[in-house]
Amino acid sequence: MAEEVSLRDTYGKTLVELGKKNPDIVVLDADLRPSTMTRYFAQEFPERFFDVGIAEQNMIGIASGLAASGKIPFASTFAVFAPGRCFDQIRISVAQAGLNVKIVSTHAGVTVGEDGASHQALEDLALICSLPGFTVIVPADAIETAQVIEAVAKHVGPCYVRLPRAKLPNINADGYRFSIGKAVTLRPGKDATVIAIGVLVGQALEAAGELAEEGIDCRVVNMSTLKPIDEAAIVKAAKETGAIVTAEEHQEHGGLGSIVARIIAKHHPVPMEFVAVKDVFGMSGKPNELLKKYGLTAKDIIKAVREVLKRKG
Amino acid sequence: MTPSDSKNSSGTSADNLKAGVFSSNEDLEKVARRLRRHIVTMIGRAGSGHPGGSLSAVEITMMLFWKILRHKPSDPQWQDRDRFILSKGHAAPLLYSVLAECGYFPVSELTTLRQIDSRLQGHTDRTIIPGVEMSAGSLGQGLSFAIGVALAGRLNAQDYRVYALLGDGECDEGQTWEATMAAAHFKLDNLTAIVDNNGLQLSGRNSDIMSLEPLNDKFAAFGWHVFDVDGHNLTQLLNALEKAKKVREQPAVIIAHTVKGKGVSFMENNADFHGKAPDAEQLEIALKELA
Repeated sequence: MAEEVSLRDTYGKTLVELGKKNPDIVVLDADLRPSTMTRYFAQEFPERFFDVGIAEQNMIGIASGLAASGKIPFASTFAVFAPGRCFDQIRISVAQAGLNVKIVSTHAGVTVGEDGASHQALEDLALICSLPGFTVIVPADAIETAQVIEAVAKHVGPCYVRLPRAKLPNINADGYRFSIGKAVTLRPGKDATVIAIGVLVGQALEAAGELAEEGIDCRVVNMSTLKPIDEAAIVKAAKETGAIVTAEEHQEHGGLGSIVARIIAKHHPVPMEFVAVKDVFGMSGKPNELLKKYGLTAKDIIKAVREVLKRKG
Repeated sequence: MTPSDSKNSSGTSADNLKAGVFSSNEDLEKVARRLRRHIVTMIGRAGSGHPGGSLSAVEITMMLFWKILRHKPSDPQWQDRDRFILSKGHAAPLLYSVLAECGYFPVSELTTLRQIDSRLQGHTDRTIIPGVEMSAGSLGQGLSFAIGVALAGRLNAQDYRVYALLGDGECDEGQTWEATMAAAHFKLDNLTAIVDNNGLQLSGRNSDIMSLEPLNDKFAAFGWHVFDVDGHNLTQLLNALEKAKKVREQPAVIIAHTVKGKGVSFMENNADFHGKAPDAEQLEIALKELA
């Protein structure tokens, strides 16, 4: 097993690097700097760091005012709180206002672990993808996280980046180049395609490896940009492999699976299976136990691939 | 925009005095009546809108744009402009009337309020109409936005001031108090909030719906410098706005006591006209009273 790296830690350190290069980068947090890892930026640039206390709605409003004044604000908290707790502020003060606010939320998904359902965001992508103009990105490892943070800092417009609490092995090669809206094929294949995001990308690669042993040639695509989504890569996968499985640490309703299904239905209908949380809340437990409980492991992906192949014409 | 950019493009304070900065010597009582005529006319023509809370804040907003704010209608994005942030976004007809009278866009455009494809949306949209700093309409968000603008001014070493107009009913929103706490914490003495304290909200009296009093004490307890004025008295407003500029190390709030629907007899202190347009007959009466 490759060494596991914290995506949050990478986020925090990347912010410092960006802050050195660009004096307009400012960072906001809502009393979670040791968890979101904005603390590195707070130490390095205290005058450009604003902790608003436990007040996420106010944080988003302040970020929008800073953005309207030419700053590039990164606002961070847990994914249950942004977009969850301040959806209306994000909708009006950021999205409708067309402002250049970067929301980077951590602790998404059941891999939050022991804190349980209240802290496990499983609906954040459905919420944020519903807002016009938002760019939505879910990095799959630390290598990608660093590049995503640099990319959203350069991109003009509202962005949401979703990070897990858990450390993850690096799955991208060192020479990897992320660009917004571009899916990456991590493993070629012709029998079926697994399109995955975040924590589930590693699981998808593991699944594809095992499936190969039984002669099933499974493509794996990392769809790190959920919006604007890489339609061409999805349609290509549908045409070339004829079967799609999506895998995400999110509710089945309104996440990656729903978005991919919409595109498949319109352009090239093929059988699909969905590895996602099935309309229930999470609970306390160890991250790996929870992935297993909610059907989000490599084994579940393998099962889904077998199912989808049964229905493939 | 970097701090050095802002200095280069905005120039010295001497430049600020050059032509283009808004000034007017017109009789303000006359201006106020004209603004009120615009408000009732545009809402009457649209057939919907919020006259009550637009009419109550006429003097507050007029004094800001005519006497206090440093602004250039010909250059709405001027980096050194003072910022006026309308948090109570339903008072859009008031802001549109003020902006049009200042020359941000033609007065004739006011008649397009709330019509399809108009720039004058039912609630303010910063992306389409010059002079509007903030998209609003969902209450309680303006003070947070104003804090962000004030913090940016401090970071950039720009001396612009930030003014946020809040409704009293809007103070029911928890976010308003999150922001109130934060503005004091950040010691934002470049920020002044004005509360249009007309005592009514959509469904009735504040005191019946959700008590706000003692409002002054609440702001003071949160660390603000509080001024208390008659929000229709031009001298009192001007004095408080000038004094607020001199407050140091803390934000200032002006609690402006106003009359909802001010200037139109049947709209005054009448919550029914929070969000209802006058019909043709009522409009005629209103315009006579405001002549």
